[in-house]
Amino acid sequence: MNPATSSPDTGYNFAYLDEQTKRMIRRAILKAIAIPGHQVPFGAREMPLPYGWGTGGIQVTASILGPSDILKVIDQGADDTTNAVSIRRFFARTAGVAATTHTEEATIIQTRHRIPELPLREDQILVYQVPQPEPLHALEPRRTETREMHALADYGVMHVKLYEDITRHGAVTIAYDYPVLVNRRYLMSPSPIPAFDTPKMNRMAALQLFGAGREKRIYAVPPYTEVRPLDFDDHPFRLTRAPHACALCGATGSYLDELVTDDQGGRMFVCSDTDHCESRRTAAASREDAA
Amino acid sequence: MTGLELPGFADPVTGAQTSFRALLDAMSRPGTQHEVAPLRPPPPLGPAMAAALLTLVDRDTPLWLDDASTAAREWLLFHCGAQVTADPAAAAFAAAIALPSLGRFNPGSDAAPEESATIILQVPELGSGESYRLSGPGLAAPSLLRIQGLPADFPAQWGVNHALYPCGIDLILCSGARLCALPRSVSIEKV
Repeated sequence: MNPATSSPDTGYNFAYLDEQTKRMIRRAILKAIAIPGHQVPFGAREMPLPYGWGTGGIQVTASILGPSDILKVIDQGADDTTNAVSIRRFFARTAGVAATTHTEEATIIQTRHRIPELPLREDQILVYQVPQPEPLHALEPRRTETREMHALADYGVMHVKLYEDITRHGAVTIAYDYPVLVNRRYLMSPSPIPAFDTPKMNRMAALQLFGAGREKRIYAVPPYTEVRPLDFDDHPFRLTRAPHACALCGATGSYLDELVTDDQGGRMFVCSDTDHCESRRTAAASREDAA
Repeated sequence: MTGLELPGFADPVTGAQTSFRALLDAMSRPGTQHEVAPLRPPPPLGPAMAAALLTLVDRDTPLWLDDASTAAREWLLFHCGAQVTADPAAAAFAAAIALPSLGRFNPGSDAAPEESATIILQVPELGSGESYRLSGPGLAAPSLLRIQGLPADFPAQWGVNHALYPCGIDLILCSGARLCALPRSVSIEKV
């Protein structure tokens, strides 16, 4: 196969999955939307990528994708990293859909561990790749128990964890995958997005779908649904951000990656959302040209 | 006439995908109306109801038919491979022309609320008739939906259903080529 071409492969159904599998996933997605934040089990298929490479997100995307969709795939905010490139090429080959790196052009955005900086619209769908859908997993590894805890909305154990963080460290020390309460009912893992992104989930205009392939769970947050980070009245949720401006575009409000540039302690901070950074730099350059 | 001479989607893959996106938008934004892929279904099914059934129902999901929709039974058996059940409590999907009592269907359990039934109901008209105010997830602000053909006790029945949350029945309303959805999470008031 030639990686430079992305002509659709023949021999597979549209978007790789067979129609029976798509129907099963579609039913799970509709139930997930009707019960915001609840993890719906589904029969995850073996995909031509290993577990941990976004098979859950890929199966969700494959089940909603149509020929007229424009797909954007990001991995930690970047369009050009291995995982994003492979998934984009996978859908170019199995579905022949158009791809973009521009957030505003995309109809479906599949993401690993970030929410784009640009606010999403009603006509867009955000698909998250989720490694561990169970927010209580680190505190209670038994599925049979966590199922019961969700059934009873018994999330005391998570409050205790946050409380212990505060007594030991003076603050909640969860920097990513910050547990959220959805529609005032279900405790949900937002996937390992930085806590910086968590507030963007609250009452987002776009539909948010989550797929966990290895763990075989799908869940969803419908548009305009309350998503509240778990916290205490006297210790409200606070987001953290590296106290720098982006070294490339100068943004002071975006989430930053720290890059080590040499072995002398040199480092730089740049936007994690590559499209956001590039559009800011293009806009700045055209302003200079105009001036 | 059994309707068996009538085809399913012209293209099963894109037909199901287009119709699913209509269902996805409808379920995400309760009360908003969406158009399905074109279809020529047997009476009494309209295109939207037939498309919703073709898109979601197969041999894994027991289907309950009310008296009127039983006329399309052969067509559904052939095109969906559906397993028709006479027991509403065992049904994953119900196809109905008149709203059956919601209490007859499986509302799911606290541990597995996703096992609840979905009722696909065909109504004479969406966008005219009685007004209902909807609020809940998916809606930026409460919105009005007009539906013709629901029984007078529907708001009361829905109140009971909504109170079961996170359990409860989800409703897909179809009329002609358009459909909208009322997930269990939405609260409904007659205005």
